[in-house]
Amino acid sequence: MRLEPRTEAARSIWAIAPLVAVIASFIVAALLALLGGASPFAVFAAVIKGAAGTQFAFLETLTRATPLIFTGLAAAVAFRAKLWNIGGEAQLYAGAIMAVVLGTGALPLPAPVLIPMIMAAGMLAGALLLLGPTFLKTRFGVDEVVTTLLLNFVMVLFVSMLLDGALKDPMGLGWPQSKKVIAEAQLPKLIQGKRLHLGFLIAIGAALIVWFINARTTFGYEMRAVGFNPRAARFAGIPVNWVMAKTALLSGGLAALAGVSEVLGLKGNLTLDLSPGFGYTGIVVAMLAMLHPAGVIAAAIFVAAMFVGADAMSRTVGVPNYIANVMVATALLTMVTAMLFTRFRLKWR
Amino acid sequence: MAAEPSNGSNREDVVLRLAGISKRFGPLLANDAISLDLHRGEVLALLGENGAGKTTLMNILFGHYVADVGSIEAFGETLPPGSPKAALARGIGMVHQHFTLADNLTVLDNVILGTEPLWRGRSRHTDARAKLAMLSETFGLAVKPDARVVDLSVGERQRVEILKALYRDARILILDEPTAVLTPQETEALFATLHKLVERGLAIIFISHKLHEVMAVSRRVVVLRQGKLVAERRTAETDRHELAELMVGRPIPEPKVEPIPLGPVALSLRAVTLAGEGHPRLQDVSLALHGNEIVGIAGVSGNGQGALADLVSGIAQPSSGALSLFGQEIHYFDPAKMVSYGVARIPEDRHAVGVVGDLSLEENLISAHYREQPFSQRGLIDWKKVREFATRIIADYDVRCPGPQAATRLLSGGNMQKLILGREMAQSPRIILANQPTRGLDIGAVGYVHQQLLKARAAGAGILLISEDLDELLALSDRVVVMYRGRMSAPMARKDVTIRHLGLMMAGHGFAGEADAA
Repeated sequence: MRLEPRTEAARSIWAIAPLVAVIASFIVAALLALLGGASPFAVFAAVIKGAAGTQFAFLETLTRATPLIFTGLAAAVAFRAKLWNIGGEAQLYAGAIMAVVLGTGALPLPAPVLIPMIMAAGMLAGALLLLGPTFLKTRFGVDEVVTTLLLNFVMVLFVSMLLDGALKDPMGLGWPQSKKVIAEAQLPKLIQGKRLHLGFLIAIGAALIVWFINARTTFGYEMRAVGFNPRAARFAGIPVNWVMAKTALLSGGLAALAGVSEVLGLKGNLTLDLSPGFGYTGIVVAMLAMLHPAGVIAAAIFVAAMFVGADAMSRTVGVPNYIANVMVATALLTMVTAMLFTRFRLKWR
Repeated sequence: MAAEPSNGSNREDVVLRLAGISKRFGPLLANDAISLDLHRGEVLALLGENGAGKTTLMNILFGHYVADVGSIEAFGETLPPGSPKAALARGIGMVHQHFTLADNLTVLDNVILGTEPLWRGRSRHTDARAKLAMLSETFGLAVKPDARVVDLSVGERQRVEILKALYRDARILILDEPTAVLTPQETEALFATLHKLVERGLAIIFISHKLHEVMAVSRRVVVLRQGKLVAERRTAETDRHELAELMVGRPIPEPKVEPIPLGPVALSLRAVTLAGEGHPRLQDVSLALHGNEIVGIAGVSGNGQGALADLVSGIAQPSSGALSLFGQEIHYFDPAKMVSYGVARIPEDRHAVGVVGDLSLEENLISAHYREQPFSQRGLIDWKKVREFATRIIADYDVRCPGPQAATRLLSGGNMQKLILGREMAQSPRIILANQPTRGLDIGAVGYVHQQLLKARAAGAGILLISEDLDELLALSDRVVVMYRGRMSAPMARKDVTIRHLGLMMAGHGFAGEADAA
């Protein structure tokens, strides 16, 4: 058995790859459910009901999808230019820090001014955070996978330090948490009395903007060219390092928006459990979406539904909700394999 | 060793017989009922363009592929299909175009690699050394058995490859494009070796597309075209022109270089040095390239041509010396800057540097000009204009493709080169850097590239033509220079140059500091 490069494009695989990935994840989950002594059908029914069975469940899924759209877009943008930004988590927290620094009363401004300002500041923080590793990559060849990944841990510890120091809420009974953001800084809810907030629409808008950049602008063209073949891009006169820097700014900014939107829209303050790994899950979302911005929205909703549904399922069926992690991981592995087969075919001999 | 002295009378013995070999890859019939005989003591040239089916046929012979139909007989016995091991055991040896040697091992180790049983603790180096010395002596293949391969020249490495095959008692030797990397002198030495081998009764299949070599070395020629065996000739009864036409299937026009008066100096290098690791990549190179002229750059690959190309492409920066375009000295080197001066660049490696394979044809066509009108305005690309441009280039330069939005990596080498030519020529360049512009192309495509270069020359462009094909250089160039170890000879007018003379210079003769061995 060996791999041979394909001589013609395999469009069909592009179309069915996400479907195959989802089905594979269901098959593996079914086996695990059987191992756990539960009926796979009961498990799936409970997952689907928990993710989309009621209005509450569906809105909860969209709420959970919101930060994943941002981090998914961040990864998709960077990966297209082959900038392996694994630091979405760190950039998310950079955005969240800016949200509480500016949103807890330091700037007494009306909401229409304050919210865009906080978002811009958050994006800037995330963007600058990714610029460092990108500079090290283009200037010295330091592997950005390592530097961005390690920055995640640095950032979480930095947040922990802030929450026990400069940003600690004096009224927080000693808990490591920040003050709540003021009312003017909060993102309005989309439906009165529900948790879904304006951040979801902003995320959809961000996806549209990324799509536009990819499809219509010279910057989108540069990212594709540099990502596919930096040597040829440089030879043609495309400023490869500058394109990398611009990509880093966009990617870091998008990931930071996840943190801003979670703080201003949902949590209201900064805690150490603001993100249950949204930065990492964004990578899965981007891969499932095959780096396409519209796909990111769909993939983020799928992944969010699995997590939200699995939580509900574990309460009713009694299979641990870790099954959602397994399903998402299986979908990722299947997807990566399927993408390999768009370029290669398997040859038996 | 199977080199019993031949006694002349049974030279017509058939050692290898391919009977009705067909092989289909999807819709492509790569080999169509090919039958041929190889006789003891002859060199049979296998001639054909890229994609004619030479490689497929040899891969079937060597057991890498299995033929759909047909059989192979070696020394009167049927060869089991799909088994390289069986081919080796029958005495079929192959010397690939890209050598398959372990660089860090010695010559002797490379030769015996794979012939020794794994479970024997001590290897029989003494016997192997004696056998190698005997082979070396018999066939005039001088090598130092204890030298490491990494320290050998290309010609020496090829000798090691041949010895490797002989050491395994090869009686049929297949050489795939063996002269592609050799200097003319090394080629002559190789031919002398081949004559010795066939005198000793070996049979050789010589795969090539260089007509003068086929004429020089072979006894018979077999021409493949589109998977079919279209002709078989005794070399003595044919000529280059007939072979070229058989290979392409239609008459070939020879490039005609009309004399034109020189234009003003377009590109000038003054004492340019480019530092490298260890020795400099370019050393004290001076050259003036005029408009309306083609300057040919000869040299064995890796003697500074790449550095020169990098410099003119804007990829590299001189450590000292000056480069001027139209009298203006360039201080900041950048590909986009060179493009803005009207420098068109046809890079050596089409796939890795010339195009971004995963982008579409239309996207590749604007890669050096996407920031400019009419392709984009204020950062927004006008895809309609891009498509119009792409459609025009594809039609004008006859790029065979499914359409402007197809992925570029799916193009054949010739069509990819036409795409690059179209992209570069569309900007009416004033200087053209053409680095190996016809390497690996069919004769038809080669003729096309030559025409385009001559057309640009007539239109006033100055052209630097880097090529390892000396026939090409002498056919197109107004002046020729030779590069050797980063240095450049004085320019010579084409009429004053012979291939033999160029060959000597490519080996270093006439360069200051090189002992004149001849």
